[in-house]
Amino acid sequence: MINTDVLVIGGGPAGMAAALSASENGSKVVLVERDNILGGILNQCIHNGFGLHYFHEELTGPEFAYRFRKLVEADKNITVYTNTLVTKIGEKFVEVMGALGNERINAKAIVLAMGCHERTAGNINLCGTRPMGVLTAGTVQKMVNIDGKIVGKDVVILGSGDIGLIMARRLTLEGAKVHMVLEINQTSSGLRRNIMQCLEDFDIPLLFSHTVFEVVGRDRVEGIYYGEVDENFKPIESTRKFLKCDTVVLSVGLVPEMAVANFVKTSNITNGAVVNEFYQTEKGWLFSCGNILHVHDLVDNVALEAKQAGKFASLYASNKLLASDNVLEVEHSKDFSYALPATIFAGQGNTEIKFRLKAKIIKKTIVAKCGDVILGKKFVLAGVPGEMMSITFDKSGANKKISLEIV
Amino acid sequence: MEEEKKMICIMCPMGCELTVKKTENDVQVSGNTCMRGVTFAKEEISNPKRVVTTLVKTANGVKSCKTTKPIPKELMFDCVKEIEKLKLDKVEFGQVLIKQVLGTDADVIVTSND
Repeated sequence: MINTDVLVIGGGPAGMAAALSASENGSKVVLVERDNILGGILNQCIHNGFGLHYFHEELTGPEFAYRFRKLVEADKNITVYTNTLVTKIGEKFVEVMGALGNERINAKAIVLAMGCHERTAGNINLCGTRPMGVLTAGTVQKMVNIDGKIVGKDVVILGSGDIGLIMARRLTLEGAKVHMVLEINQTSSGLRRNIMQCLEDFDIPLLFSHTVFEVVGRDRVEGIYYGEVDENFKPIESTRKFLKCDTVVLSVGLVPEMAVANFVKTSNITNGAVVNEFYQTEKGWLFSCGNILHVHDLVDNVALEAKQAGKFASLYASNKLLASDNVLEVEHSKDFSYALPATIFAGQGNTEIKFRLKAKIIKKTIVAKCGDVILGKKFVLAGVPGEMMSITFDKSGANKKISLEIV
Repeated sequence: MEEEKKMICIMCPMGCELTVKKTENDVQVSGNTCMRGVTFAKEEISNPKRVVTTLVKTANGVKSCKTTKPIPKELMFDCVKEIEKLKLDKVEFGQVLIKQVLGTDADVIVTSND
């Protein structure tokens, strides 16, 4: 039996940032990670572009992970257990297996920081056969960047998520021919800079409103039928074409890894836990941050969010987390797909609401309102669903529901 | 001669949509949020550069590496080939693999941290 103040599950950027922050706030912290090294998915993201907000320097994924890992290793209040998998979360305890054997860890507060898993061919009902060569983008990334394998020579990417775009470039540099990226939506879910430097730089076509109709091949992928979809995402059969390829890479979204915490109330939009301003779930002792809470675009934002969650978990563990009884719900108009947190405590000081748009907006102002009172405004030059945004405002004027709107 | 080009700034994840107007003796940039966008656009229209990240082979499997600075875009594939030629027993975080790769001002360094 191990006892600690704060237990953090997951040793990626969110878990490391949460652990460091909980320690900074005076807690004894245990950090458990199922892999043999800290860093999480960062270790396989060998491309650059990380750390500009957090470290004010452009780093690759492994370098970003390295910086954090060194800080964690140097922190005497943090005990790290790698090769350790959490099999159960109970009321202020977890059960783990792995390097520790079967063990129970008791904690006053627990932080979920396990990130996401990828949506698979089955999740999107991909039609056709299931031969070798249908892979998710993150799996391809691990096979290429960590294991040093070649996954295929003629590649099609379905979905324009960031990892898919990054892998289009990576596979091209490794000598594969990436024929095209098919995106069922009218806009990309990836960052604009990735479309530019991963696709346009290599003349890889990105076809919007297109999808794979059918995968062909018995043992190995032999090709795909693909074409356009209508506004209801239904294939338009008259546009059906065949393309020879040996690999289909899926970059069709991430799902928060909530299986072990499935007793918590989740949002049916983000699939992550419903949390308040303190990143606290309905179970007061359980906190959530990073990609397991909602899928982020930038690791810097994951780290900043986790830093907050770690602080609040630490305060909770020492009975110092003070909340007002006046809980304000956060609502949003139909222009947004979600807003987080779900509730804010009435009181003094600044607060932040994170959100995603449903459709592209150009030169619009987003406001946070309480009744007719405008609490905060944010002018947006160009906003797309693929990019998470946030609005920060002084909440002291709020005494009932807060709503996000576009004016 | 006037040339106008639209591009996405890749200096940070904001991805500003830049418009670059090039005349005979001047380059004008609009749409940028910060000065890095201006620097990027001026270079992008005359001599586009990219940081290359790839893998180096070691006895222990592949390890990630990068150019310390952006190098001319057309040298990307040659740079990857230069790194592919290397066969090392062991590498360490931050180790310089190639100094001034392909005559550029960038070195290739190890980024893998395990």
